[in-house]
Amino acid sequence: MYWLGLAARSAWNRRLTLGLTLAAVALSVALLLGIERVRHDARASFANSVSGTDLVVGARTSPIQLMLYAVFRIGEATNNIRWDAFRAIAGDREVAWAIPLSLGDSHRGYPVLGTTAAYFDHFRYGDQRQLTFAAGAPMRGVFDAVLGSEVADKLGYRLGGRIVLSHGIGGVGLPQHADKPFTVAGILAPTGTPVDRTVHVLLEAIAAIHLDWQGGAPVPGFSVPAQYVSKFDLSPKEITAALIGLKSRAAVFRVQRRINEYAGEPLLAVLPGVALDQLWEVVGMVERTLLAVSAMVVAVGLAGLVAVILAGLNERRRELAILRSVGARPGGIFLLLTIDGLIVTLLGCALGVLLLAALAALARPLAQSRYGLEIHLQLVSLDELRMLGAVVLVGLLASLIPGYRAYRLSLADGLTPRL
Amino acid sequence: MNANLVVELKDLVFRWSAHQPPCLDIESFELRADERVFLRGPSGSGKSTLLGLLGGVLAPERGSIRFLDAELTRLSPRARDRFRADHVGFIFQQFNLIPYLSAVDNVLLPCRFSARRGRLAAARGKSWQGEAVRLMSHLDLETALQNRPAMHLSVGQQQRVAAARALIGQPELVIADEPTSALDAERQAAFLDLLLRECGDAGATLLVVGHDRRLADAFDREVGLPSLNRAGALREAA
Repeated sequence: MYWLGLAARSAWNRRLTLGLTLAAVALSVALLLGIERVRHDARASFANSVSGTDLVVGARTSPIQLMLYAVFRIGEATNNIRWDAFRAIAGDREVAWAIPLSLGDSHRGYPVLGTTAAYFDHFRYGDQRQLTFAAGAPMRGVFDAVLGSEVADKLGYRLGGRIVLSHGIGGVGLPQHADKPFTVAGILAPTGTPVDRTVHVLLEAIAAIHLDWQGGAPVPGFSVPAQYVSKFDLSPKEITAALIGLKSRAAVFRVQRRINEYAGEPLLAVLPGVALDQLWEVVGMVERTLLAVSAMVVAVGLAGLVAVILAGLNERRRELAILRSVGARPGGIFLLLTIDGLIVTLLGCALGVLLLAALAALARPLAQSRYGLEIHLQLVSLDELRMLGAVVLVGLLASLIPGYRAYRLSLADGLTPRL
Repeated sequence: MNANLVVELKDLVFRWSAHQPPCLDIESFELRADERVFLRGPSGSGKSTLLGLLGGVLAPERGSIRFLDAELTRLSPRARDRFRADHVGFIFQQFNLIPYLSAVDNVLLPCRFSARRGRLAAARGKSWQGEAVRLMSHLDLETALQNRPAMHLSVGQQQRVAAARALIGQPELVIADEPTSALDAERQAAFLDLLLRECGDAGATLLVVGHDRRLADAFDREVGLPSLNRAGALREAA
């Protein structure tokens, strides 16, 4: 098609000005797709933070809050579950496994999780992936700790290192459990989930460090040295939450109802998938806003493109008159100018995709090692393709403006533009 | 219609808008085959309008434009565009070329828009390219210049490329609008000679529009547009 070649050569002739608008369009497309991809990956890693768990159980509160503290270690539980209740749930005939979670302490800002060795057997994240150890093994002794990858990485801990836990979470100046230091027994591989930010200890350890505490402070004049803790009863009295796996997923609503109606105390069991969706609704506001802003940036880029083509149109009236004189129809002139904008839009989209791919390839090793984030090295996903389609469509519609203007001009000018 | 006539205008009236007086009112004007006519007119005498009418870009309010065996006033705008592409070659005052195309590609433009001229060009020069090269060589454009982008050619070279473009595919009529006014006096005569010679070779009728009387000697006939255009006379009288 002759018009296409002509438009391409004309565009090449104006490559400096068009190049700048092309860069603007490409950057805005890269931004739009980048935000869409981060959004998508964030949602995926969000949904990946727990899998294979059929129910999350805690004291009665809102499902979102339960998920926040039990899975994401954000905020604190208002109430705990008594150990009896946990035993009762774990003993349910339809429950395959139950992992107790005890939260409330921290280490230099990272949450400490008291649990059992079953945690490393049954906890799954992502696509049913099991926790793996980068070094060491699950804790065996009361003062063993297993660190999430980020904790070990950021604080520079190695196997055999000694760490001291703080009482409570968040903030500085927390009282320290300095008399009972822990030994790093294992370090987990990155998962890209809150596990990376967690210090894992045994439930007994939580009991041990609080033997000589009461009401959130050490009992004055009473201290149990670390070597004597085994003389005490370290069986837990309370836990914060529990993860439950069922023998058959079909039983999930039945078991959920049984837990919710547990007579001993008010409990709440939630399906993690459902609760994650609810939680994402809240987070979703931000991502939708970001997406709207980046869509606006694309609109600005395309508006700039149209402005540049329109501004250059006056200088091209002579050119259009020549084309008319050799037989071009006004419709052809319309096409020429519309293709002009479309070429830049298409090139901008292609360049934006490549730019993003290059950035993703560069960021990939870092994201993987540092954050355990799996960046997919695909060029465009189906959703992104749809977005690109929308950009091209808007670009085409915008390009109709200079096309129409040129059409009117060439009708008015005929063969002799009045310049 | 006389078979020897290429163009015949009759009782032609054109106005830009209904509120304005006519800007062109021609009782009769003819161009015969192979004729070389110099149409003299100062600016504002309706030259551009007449060119637009002959090219089929404008349509008159009334009257007839007989062009070969077609009545332009009865054709649709689309058909007029096609007719122009097939039968008329244009040369303008200056900036005649698409700046980002090479000289050859500029010459080939009419072949892209008119199948007829493409066919005739290919028949005469064995290929489009061949005919373009032949015409440019005739017009003293050496091979080295032929592939150069039009914007890197001198004004004189550009005018010769434009002439080659007007002539390719043997259109019946070549219309040149002040084709020499951008050239210096020496080159004016040389260019005009070339143009007259080539139109003669190609058997094309040549209509040159200009205001410089000195050029008129080389033509078969000189027509003054002010005397032709009754609208101009009216305006001057008023």
